[in-house]
Amino acid sequence: MSRSRRWINAQPSMFLKITLGLLPFLVLLLVYQYQSDARKAENPKDKLLPSFSEMSAAVDRHAFQPSKRTGQYLLWRDTASSLTRLLSGIAIAALLGLTFGLATGAFPMFDALSTPVITAISLIPPMAILPILFIVFGLGELSKVVLIIIGISPFITREIYLRTKEIPAEQLIKAQTLGGNSSQVVFRVLLPQIAPRLIGAVRLSLGSAWLFLIAAEAIAATDGLGYRIFLVRRYLAMDVILPYVVWITFLAFVLDRLLILISQKSFPWYHDD
Amino acid sequence: MTNTEPLIQLERLGKSYNSNCVLENITTSVNRSEFITLVGTSGCGKSTFLKLLLGTEAVSTGTLSIAGAPVHAEPSPDRGIVFQRYSVFPHLNVRQNVALGRELEDTRIFGRQFNAKRKQTMEEADHWLKAVGLQDAADKYPHELSGGMQQRLALAQALLKQPQVLLLDEPFGALDPGIRKDMYQLVLKLWENHRLTIFMVTHDLAEGFYLGTRLWVFDKVRHDPHEPELYGSTITYDLPVDERGDARRLVEDTLTNELNKDIPQKAAL
Repeated sequence: MSRSRRWINAQPSMFLKITLGLLPFLVLLLVYQYQSDARKAENPKDKLLPSFSEMSAAVDRHAFQPSKRTGQYLLWRDTASSLTRLLSGIAIAALLGLTFGLATGAFPMFDALSTPVITAISLIPPMAILPILFIVFGLGELSKVVLIIIGISPFITREIYLRTKEIPAEQLIKAQTLGGNSSQVVFRVLLPQIAPRLIGAVRLSLGSAWLFLIAAEAIAATDGLGYRIFLVRRYLAMDVILPYVVWITFLAFVLDRLLILISQKSFPWYHDD
Repeated sequence: MTNTEPLIQLERLGKSYNSNCVLENITTSVNRSEFITLVGTSGCGKSTFLKLLLGTEAVSTGTLSIAGAPVHAEPSPDRGIVFQRYSVFPHLNVRQNVALGRELEDTRIFGRQFNAKRKQTMEEADHWLKAVGLQDAADKYPHELSGGMQQRLALAQALLKQPQVLLLDEPFGALDPGIRKDMYQLVLKLWENHRLTIFMVTHDLAEGFYLGTRLWVFDKVRHDPHEPELYGSTITYDLPVDERGDARRLVEDTLTNELNKDIPQKAAL
């Protein structure tokens, strides 16, 4: 009899790996289906665990039928509004984080000047100043975008600062022996190496960005994915909420994948290691 | 200045960090085209001495001058450097790594060249790649190169700027014996062809004898058992290596033996 492998050494085959990966999803769906059926058997009007057909009807209403009140296709309109807010918030936060992170990482004088205040700002819980944002920037688009910016740019700044510091001093010295001045070292040595790490930092902050977006939309908005789920919560419309949550999760997944893809295409030297 | 004057002059040179004296009382001079190898136990100050030459550390006492002018405590293009690791830029391919030194001479902010100038720089880079034997790897990125090839690239980068002094900080310390042997030949060839003035820190005495025309040993001459940091190292031996032939044969034999020892071990695995 051949000796069996220890569990810490047992590797799944490709087929087994995919099967094992899908298994929990299947179990979750089956458990849901079973529970939903059980509740419906007791009370056909139960709203807590809607059946899959109810949910697909809700998706059809929101995605493929114009709204009776406004004539718009709600899901697409919500998606467009939310993504606009999310992406502009992330883009501005990334730019801010890159600028301050790189400047503090590269210039010790600027580091001394701004790192204490950036650290202090990063400790403020962003949700605590949401009322201030609403007062200062009004209830429009700006305050929602600003919440995302305030929420994630300290993290990106800190991340870029650390990654800049991580670049070996040997490279900076080498660049100077090749005749580089401060600005040339920043633009030819630091920035190109920080660019893929910025994408990494943005990926890590995507989760928080979604959190701040949905929170802001829940409190003050007239459209958006977060607005919709909090609106229909009043009617206990789980048949709308659940598909919206799945859709948001899917968007988050696609955004993350897209960032990896851009990074791999643009910076092959960073990913081949 | 004329070529007969020494290129580098040191006058009672000393370096200390607060109360910790690392180097003291070094007075000597170095002519153009000398190949100085610096040896000594770890912590003897040989690397600190190289940092003073490079400009990443400032001289504490005495003077250190290159071509008649005291060294500025900041790296500059008249002093080229090759470190043991991390001397090349991972985001640039091999040719771009070498070309960078020329590109930085243009556009003060972004350090880039365009069109005809860029083409000329790339051709010049290829010339230096050929000189170090990397012409076939010009389009690769550093992570695709072996350790020896990365050091060749670092040499080509430094040589393009034609520095007055080339500083090597244990450049072959991380390489296999066989590769090291090839690198010795390359460095000697470059030194001869381009009349370089080289300072090389090494922990390998045999390597120091093999490559250098002059070997400096760093050590402390004064000891205070109660306060070991009170006195620093100085150059205790300044040996001219005239009969390099013998030393070379010795080192070649040693390296070959090391290599042969390696092979049966690997084969047995």
